[in-house]
Amino acid sequence: MQLDDLYRRVIMDHYKNPRNRGSMEEDAVTVNLNNPTCGDRISLQMQLQDGIVKQAKFTGEGCSISLSSASMMTDAVKGKTYEEALEMAERFSSLMQGEPVEFDYEELEALSGVSKFPARIKCATLAWNALRKGIEHDGQNG
Amino acid sequence: MNARELREQFPILQQQVNGHPLVYLDNAATSQKPRAVLDAVSRYYEFSNSNVHRGVHTLGSRATDAYEGARERVARFIGAGSTQEIIFTRGTTTALNLVAASYAREACGEGDEIVLTPMEHHSNLIPWQQVAKATGAVLRYIPLQSDGTIRIEDVEATITDRTKVVSVMYVSNVLGVINPIKEITEIAHRHGAVMVVDGAQSTPHLKVDVRELDCDFYAFSGHKMCGPTGIGVLYGKKHLLERMEPVEFGGEMIDHVDLYDSTWKELPWKFEGGTPIIAGAVGLAAAIDFLEEIGMDAIDQHEKTLAAYAFDRLSTIEGISLYGPTSGRVGLITFNLGDVHPHDVATVLDAEGIAVRAGHHCCQPLMRWLEVTATARASFYLYNDEADVDALVDGLLKTKEFFGHAIG
Repeated sequence: MQLDDLYRRVIMDHYKNPRNRGSMEEDAVTVNLNNPTCGDRISLQMQLQDGIVKQAKFTGEGCSISLSSASMMTDAVKGKTYEEALEMAERFSSLMQGEPVEFDYEELEALSGVSKFPARIKCATLAWNALRKGIEHDGQNG
Repeated sequence: MNARELREQFPILQQQVNGHPLVYLDNAATSQKPRAVLDAVSRYYEFSNSNVHRGVHTLGSRATDAYEGARERVARFIGAGSTQEIIFTRGTTTALNLVAASYAREACGEGDEIVLTPMEHHSNLIPWQQVAKATGAVLRYIPLQSDGTIRIEDVEATITDRTKVVSVMYVSNVLGVINPIKEITEIAHRHGAVMVVDGAQSTPHLKVDVRELDCDFYAFSGHKMCGPTGIGVLYGKKHLLERMEPVEFGGEMIDHVDLYDSTWKELPWKFEGGTPIIAGAVGLAAAIDFLEEIGMDAIDQHEKTLAAYAFDRLSTIEGISLYGPTSGRVGLITFNLGDVHPHDVATVLDAEGIAVRAGHHCCQPLMRWLEVTATARASFYLYNDEADVDALVDGLLKTKEFFGHAIG
């Protein structure tokens, strides 16, 4: 078990300098999720319009893995259609199962090491679960 | 007592984890099991396994003797007056839920009070919330001092004549604080309330005498005290248990069954519906034998010495926050390492073979009181020694270095 497999430099960079951290004033879909095993929580806000994720921001508390994953996810899904975003979430789940997966937002692949740390998979998937919930909610209303 | 020698009796502790000898410091979550307990459980299955209280055959008698013998062993261990006061449950949670669902729902009405503390484990909090919702009773909390201790004057001020139940943990699984149960019980009784004690963290580590404490109910789990998972105990004073209704119904707990009505067995069996946790009880009895051979006072002393050593050594780490009082505590230390999230701390320590807990420890209200989302916790038992504390300190220094470079 190599710690460097888990804590890659790009992950630490997102942890230290999270992208899209903050909240939105505009009319946004808000999803609050927590990880009941550790108390970590994320509040994801998305501006969803015409089936497209226009903007995504997050606030919350968590470990390096959950915060860097949220940072990357909010960057990666911006401008994607619901379908593309959900498909990306699906591929992220495969990545967590240790399957070789590629992303056009390549930095996500740095999280592949999490699959070797089963206790930490829930940390990495928290933001993606919030994404799914937000889009599914909007899909039902829209 | 010699912790290193005792450790040899625990097969699981002989392994390497991630290339390092395992340093197991998550004992407040669950303890490891000595060979004597593992053997007792497998011997039971190999030679005596049968259902209890019904078979006329030889194995049936052996299993019944083993199960009821375990009940006697437990009664002696905690100083109960009679085996009728010892109910086997799945664990502390089930035991506390039994008191809440049976005793408290009957005893509490609109405007009555249930007194707790903000440090309670979810298992000694949520059952009472449910009672309050169902009966209209009100939850009241004894406030904590800044170091997490309770003052008797605050207990006096919180418990009133409307208080029907007081339920407090003997030892906190986060703060390590030992609560003044005997004094709280005395105050509860003066107001006509019953005293319930969550003994999950005290029973494995301290000598407990329920009649000395004079509490009305006392709950604990086997798995935190060298016994198997899935077995726990509810002690209750006989006169209270007698007037309580069972909460689980079925085989084993009945006296006479008709198509439209039934009657219950006498204590303690009326609370043990279904085939009981026979092997678990046998394992728990073996665990008690093991602990008493070492001596509960010796275990207590060993852990307090180790906790003081750990507190001193951890305090030297720059940027560390230690929670709970500096003295009068058991062998567990809850901490945070600067801004490094406890999950990350636990993962780096795990890479060094050191097992600690990270999270809210089933105490979300207490985490909010501490103004943190989560903490890391190292908790010791009879097989831990100063070398384990040293390994922890080295591991934490590595964590700091790792995250210092990574995010600093």
